[in-house]
Amino acid sequence: MAKAQGLTWTIDDADHMTQAEIYGEVLTQIGLKNKRVVALTADLARSTKIGKFEEKIPERFYNVGIAEANMIAVAAGMTEAGLIPVVSTFATFASMRAAEFVRTDMCYQKRNVKIIATHSGTSFGQAGTTHHCTEDLAIMRSFAGMTVIAPADAFETARAVAAAIDFDGPVYIRIGRGFEPPMHKSMDFDFEIGKAIKLRDGRDLTIIATGVAVLQAMEAAERAAGNGVSVRVLDMHTVKPLDEDAVREALMDTRRIITVEDHSVIGGLGDAVADVIARSGKGCAFKKLGYQDCFAMVGYYEDLQHHYGIDADGIIDAIALVLKAEFEADEDWEDEI
Amino acid sequence: MLDAKERRKLKDKARELREKIVEVTFTCGGAHIGGAFSQHEILVALYYKAMRIDPKRPAWEDRDRFILSKGHGGVGHAVILGDLGYYDPVLLKDFNKTGSPFGMHLDRLKVPGVDFSTGSLGHGLALGLGAAMGARQTGKDWRTYVVMSDGECAEGSVWEAAMAAANFKATNLMAFVDRNRLSLDGPTESLMRLDPLDKKFEAFGWRTLVIDGHDLDQILDAVEISRAETERPVMVIANTIKGKGVDFMEEKTAWHYGGLDEAMRDAALASILKS
Repeated sequence: MAKAQGLTWTIDDADHMTQAEIYGEVLTQIGLKNKRVVALTADLARSTKIGKFEEKIPERFYNVGIAEANMIAVAAGMTEAGLIPVVSTFATFASMRAAEFVRTDMCYQKRNVKIIATHSGTSFGQAGTTHHCTEDLAIMRSFAGMTVIAPADAFETARAVAAAIDFDGPVYIRIGRGFEPPMHKSMDFDFEIGKAIKLRDGRDLTIIATGVAVLQAMEAAERAAGNGVSVRVLDMHTVKPLDEDAVREALMDTRRIITVEDHSVIGGLGDAVADVIARSGKGCAFKKLGYQDCFAMVGYYEDLQHHYGIDADGIIDAIALVLKAEFEADEDWEDEI
Repeated sequence: MLDAKERRKLKDKARELREKIVEVTFTCGGAHIGGAFSQHEILVALYYKAMRIDPKRPAWEDRDRFILSKGHGGVGHAVILGDLGYYDPVLLKDFNKTGSPFGMHLDRLKVPGVDFSTGSLGHGLALGLGAAMGARQTGKDWRTYVVMSDGECAEGSVWEAAMAAANFKATNLMAFVDRNRLSLDGPTESLMRLDPLDKKFEAFGWRTLVIDGHDLDQILDAVEISRAETERPVMVIANTIKGKGVDFMEEKTAWHYGGLDEAMRDAALASILKS
């Protein structure tokens, strides 16, 4: 299998590595080569898998105890010595407990710190709302200068981590708890920060998904194809800066768009896409899937995704609604019948 | 210890800079002048004597780092940086003006010589710890100096950083608390009790010194102690007077932030001349 840019290690080297384990492995690989990379966590080395870095490179690993705000500021301070700090904790703590430190010390000061936020969305389902995080995309995208990435699976996480280290500036990568099924077959695909991946082309409708929802979108598109509905799927791994060209292209080509994310429908991918649509002035049938301004209940992750309509079943239901929706056509859309 | 000539020179410099702070406060409409005066001797001692800096090379890799964690003291910091030649002090006529590089809280990306953008309290000690750890990680001998306000010590993040700095034995970090005992809403001890502040930092693992924060010799002696320390970071509780140097501002909560008309400016300058 071809290896991703700059990496000597591929998914084939490990059996069924999870999203979290992969980023730990990739980060360690990068750290062994790049002495500027340091890793920090706040008593979650084992849970976030950044502990892999500690095993191999203990002299560049810092556990600051349960103090996330302090961790972010310490990381920002470390950049003063030319280091590239990578911090990892749960998404809920990175994006909310430490929010003002991320905004003021990382973004405002343009500090080259990378956050790898795990257990995002409701991936830690049974832990309940304190450990869910359905707000981080909204919060992080509002910080000027922040790059926000939600990889679809372990392979994409590996690519995102490598790209983030190469990128000069603050980056927020949100991943799940680590038990997410693979979406890609390997690490061998084009990955560029800010560039959507068109996983499937289609004429009737476009699903724009991010994170774990991408796999669900692909399953739904497959099932829809069986019913004669042609669905385009965009893997929008970078929520900010958004690939607006890909959104506009989907808008002009299909005029029906559904967004899916393991996140609140307020402020995340859906709103970012809606903004592009609104500014275009074009008519569009549109639906946002995600948590509808609610805290999710406790449960298994897959049950929660189903209950809140962000799995393939939920997307299929949304496809039916959006295909029926009427909107005012304009002269730019020649396919409208 | 300073010799008599050096002490006189630094004291004259401190007085001259106080006058400039009054002038900027007059032209900009209002500034955090009380705190700028309480922190003043600490900044003068660090910038004109203790720190390894080169105003011609603000991005010099091996310079000592300075963090004004009490970012509202920016007016005092900005006057010092201009005087040292990081930029033409004439630019300070635009302090607080729309589009100016100089706001109340200095921005490192806009003001040469500012190592960290501050203003939100409770960040500086952690940023300084990170810088100190970064220097150690990369084998560099530059040191990091942080100046905090006393009211700021009510922020929990100060204690997260205090705990971590002692844990990581950051002896290349030195911090001061500008202990003027007055914050925006009144005396710190009646708002949120801080005493015994020295014992608190001591208990968190710092070597803690209590000094007169307007005594240049005591400040520089503390710096020497910090440089020689091999086990613990050094925290200096610097007892100061808010509004120090201007009789009608001293110990007055109201002078946390304020503006000056011409008569007040003249009175302030006259008071500084007498002090």
